[in-house]
Amino acid sequence: MTAVAQAPRPTAGPRLVADSWMMAWRLLKATPRQPELFMFSTVQTIMFVLLFRYVFGGAIDTGGVAYVQFLMPGIFVQTLAFNGAVTGIGMADDMAKGIVDRFRSMPISPVAMFVGRAISDLVRATFMLIMMIGVGMLTGFRFHGSAVHIIAGLALILLFSFAFSWIGIWIGLIVKTVEAAQSGGFIWLFPLTFASAAFVPVQRMPGWLQAFAKYNPITLIVDALRGWFDDGVRETLHIHATVNGLQSLAWIVGILVVFVPLCVSRFRRLSR
Amino acid sequence: MGHDMTDAVLAEGLVKTFGETRALDGLDLAVPEGTVVGLLGPNGAGKTTAVRVFSTLLRPDGGRAEVLGIDVVKHPQQVRRSIGLTGQFAAIDDYLTGRENLILFGRLYHLGAKAAEQRADELLERFDLVEPAGRMAKTYSGGMRRRLDIAASLVARPQVMFLDEPTTGLDPRGRLGMWGVIEDLVREGTTMLLTTQYLDEADRLADSIAVIDHGRVIARGTSDELKAQVGGARLELIVGSDECVGRATEIMRKVGDGTEPTVDGRDISVPVSAGASVLIDVVREVDAARVTIADLALRRPTLDDVFMRLTGHAAEDSKPDPDDEPASREKASQR
Repeated sequence: MTAVAQAPRPTAGPRLVADSWMMAWRLLKATPRQPELFMFSTVQTIMFVLLFRYVFGGAIDTGGVAYVQFLMPGIFVQTLAFNGAVTGIGMADDMAKGIVDRFRSMPISPVAMFVGRAISDLVRATFMLIMMIGVGMLTGFRFHGSAVHIIAGLALILLFSFAFSWIGIWIGLIVKTVEAAQSGGFIWLFPLTFASAAFVPVQRMPGWLQAFAKYNPITLIVDALRGWFDDGVRETLHIHATVNGLQSLAWIVGILVVFVPLCVSRFRRLSR
Repeated sequence: MGHDMTDAVLAEGLVKTFGETRALDGLDLAVPEGTVVGLLGPNGAGKTTAVRVFSTLLRPDGGRAEVLGIDVVKHPQQVRRSIGLTGQFAAIDDYLTGRENLILFGRLYHLGAKAAEQRADELLERFDLVEPAGRMAKTYSGGMRRRLDIAASLVARPQVMFLDEPTTGLDPRGRLGMWGVIEDLVREGTTMLLTTQYLDEADRLADSIAVIDHGRVIARGTSDELKAQVGGARLELIVGSDECVGRATEIMRKVGDGTEPTVDGRDISVPVSAGASVLIDVVREVDAARVTIADLALRRPTLDDVFMRLTGHAAEDSKPDPDDEPASREKASQR
């Protein structure tokens, strides 16, 4: 048999990067071609901003700060948490359609598929964040913090979205159907985001719920963002933004440490 | 290549169980280099499981499987560089265009950007997909999707192809188109393991056939050899009037292989060992004896007969439960 022309084989590192990028490319190309998905997340985000800002805004006592300043970091975090989890639907769909089988029969790095998905989610999260900031500005939200704090806050929230993608990917791998990913993939996010400081001050909740809400990573990250995005809010509400930021970072690292290996081992089990 | 073997695909005593089910139960199979072996069996016989083991998607519980001399369990990544897989359902991205799909797979096989585009265009041309190349794959017909799927598995010019029921679910036109595509590959000398539940498909495309039932190969050979196992041809004569039957039976007894002819009304048949020349003899004799002929035919056994003989049940009769195991979730969602 004659030698068949084969592509040069890059070493593992660069190959993981290249493979992951192609996986992300694939998903990013597809995103604007599913306008229904895209519209849904966009409309939902705008709707949340408007509903909370104008319906609940007047009724919620935020301890002396304007509600829009209190609310927007919560909206950012909630929306991007859902954005991460939504990837589970795509993952389950890939599993069901057999394209995962094709990837698995190819000489590519097993994590590239996941890294690519998390990267494409990150790009989408960035886009959504910009859109939310725009809508927030239109309804009166303003940044009143140092540039360093604002950038740190934006970076933290994108990291957080990246970490949540891995939870979404894992759910997509374990569920049996796309429909299950659509329901089971999100249900846990409602208590997590609502029983937090995202929309209302934790102090108003009953004691047992406060215990949960205080250590909820959503609360930690939302408080960090509030403090960093607005110096006035930080002082009025006595937020320890840096502490909260570091605690959030610990959560992010913890999620990645748990879920990345879970995804990889789940993937390996497909060949059983 | 260092190996001097002649079998591009080799399985010895392959076993795979899913819970209680033994999907593969000591499968032995060999695909010589440059040939096409058809793995023929009904739903649930273990065809898909076998292909998934060879293409590194499933680890066997026992036995040995090699592709181009490389153990699929020990060195899956090496095996993956040399194989192309086309499963029962098009493994392509619905939201990418046909061309983008091929570029994606080319890049994932580490062709450069330029080379991947060039290869994509070649394949689009070859599989008659130039016109829809710029459309999303989800708008494609079943036949187009299969062609794109085959094109995708050829991107890296694999030395061995696995085609798992390439025409299942296609309409007759799509099926014919697919056969044309596969026949071209065969002509080029691609080594191929093709699974099918269609006897005519195996007959038409494969150099040799392995019949599989309950996870093991129960017969193998060329389609002629398999047919010979059921017995040779049968000569069948239908006469035009009742009074001819006696004379005709006499003649049939003479040209037959010694077995007593079967008579059913005006229909007389007898196994024959000679080839088509027996037709000339019988026509001469019948003409001389003034027997009128309504129909005369030399019937060769079909693979259906072979299957019935080997398994005790007809190929199409088995329960239509989804072939094997985890892949069943693919099926459920695609329909």
